[in-house]
Amino acid sequence: MSVINERLKNGIIKENPTFVLMLGMCPTLAVTTSAINGLGMGLTTTAVLACSNMLISMLRKVIPDKVRIPAYIVIVASLVTVVQLLLQGYVPSLYDSLGIYIPLIVVNCIILGRAESYASKNPVIASLFDGIGMGLGFTVGLTSIGIFREFLGNGTIFGKVIYTASKGNGIAPVSIFVLAPGAFFVLAMLTAIQNKLKMPSATNASSDGAACGGKCSGCTSTTCIAKNAVKEAE
Amino acid sequence: MKELILILISASVVNNVVLSQFLGLCPFLGVSKKVNTALGMGGAVIFVITISSAITSTIYKFILEPNKLDYLQTIVFILVIAALVQLVEMFLKKSSPSLYNSLGVYLPLITTNCAVLGVALKNVQSGYSILESTVCGFGTAAGFTIAIVILAGIRERTEHNDIPESFKGTPIVLITAGLMAIAFFGFSGLI
Repeated sequence: MSVINERLKNGIIKENPTFVLMLGMCPTLAVTTSAINGLGMGLTTTAVLACSNMLISMLRKVIPDKVRIPAYIVIVASLVTVVQLLLQGYVPSLYDSLGIYIPLIVVNCIILGRAESYASKNPVIASLFDGIGMGLGFTVGLTSIGIFREFLGNGTIFGKVIYTASKGNGIAPVSIFVLAPGAFFVLAMLTAIQNKLKMPSATNASSDGAACGGKCSGCTSTTCIAKNAVKEAE
Repeated sequence: MKELILILISASVVNNVVLSQFLGLCPFLGVSKKVNTALGMGGAVIFVITISSAITSTIYKFILEPNKLDYLQTIVFILVIAALVQLVEMFLKKSSPSLYNSLGVYLPLITTNCAVLGVALKNVQSGYSILESTVCGFGTAAGFTIAIVILAGIRERTEHNDIPESFKGTPIVLITAGLMAIAFFGFSGLI
């Protein structure tokens, strides 16, 4: 039981993929225009991550080391297709609002990162809960950024009106926060606060300002090799 | 012809891939320290995305669609793209060492660039023909190059500026990107 608790805690707090590891930035910025989208995206990713971690951990002794990355990609892509069809069938509204970002879960580096750094080396149950923990951490990150942006940009939280310009002395929502630039500003403030408080985060661990930071455990190995090569070339 | 020009402009500046669709953020933030490296990355991205959108849309039109296998698109596209990047790298190494030397380091980085898969899926979703998909791919990649080169230029200029301590590094880059996204809103009246 302790390993389950430890994995869940690790994913949600200690190695939170959004706030600490800074992984999967594309969906983080793109779908957090409202809290409900963030929550939906987070839960979808959690489902894929838990299943992919479990499958990869089961197959870890079968998959030859040399072709492991393509094998992981095929497993993840199949799971994403399944989830996509399920969403299309049962939650069409969420399917429409997330659009192209559902199939793009395949290239979310959190999933390949966990497969490579955890599921390929650990037993099934621990991997499953590692996936659930990481996924919930991602969900918490996306939902809180979504709540923040929706509150500032639209005056609502989960679609519930909190304040509007029309009610007497109301304050007008700053609509830029639900548009593209607002995503960058919110993330900038978040990382700045983390820097200020010296919280553990990929952004202040290394000074080169890369989104993936120094924590290379997350990205697939080729990316890191290439990144180091770029650094040397400079 | 007019259609194609509209697709090109829309894909490159109006719906800029990084600044309004948030695809390919990792290289955008990671490889934008110097204009030269940004140009190299941009060149490699243009090369790969143009070829990959032509190939993925051909596969979709001639193999997946006639056999009613379009639900397999995600799996097929990601495998094709991963194999393609490897192939392009090997081909360039043999046939054009000078181009390989200037693009080589950036090619493996592109496999994990979500813009490549994003464009392939977008082409299918918008029902583009093969020619239109290729133009859309080229436009998207050109938009990526424009954005990353501008960001690198700004970062070179502001490198020694007096920035508040906690904003140094990633935060200031994100704020720059946000301001650029506001500027790119200006293009939305074009079409």
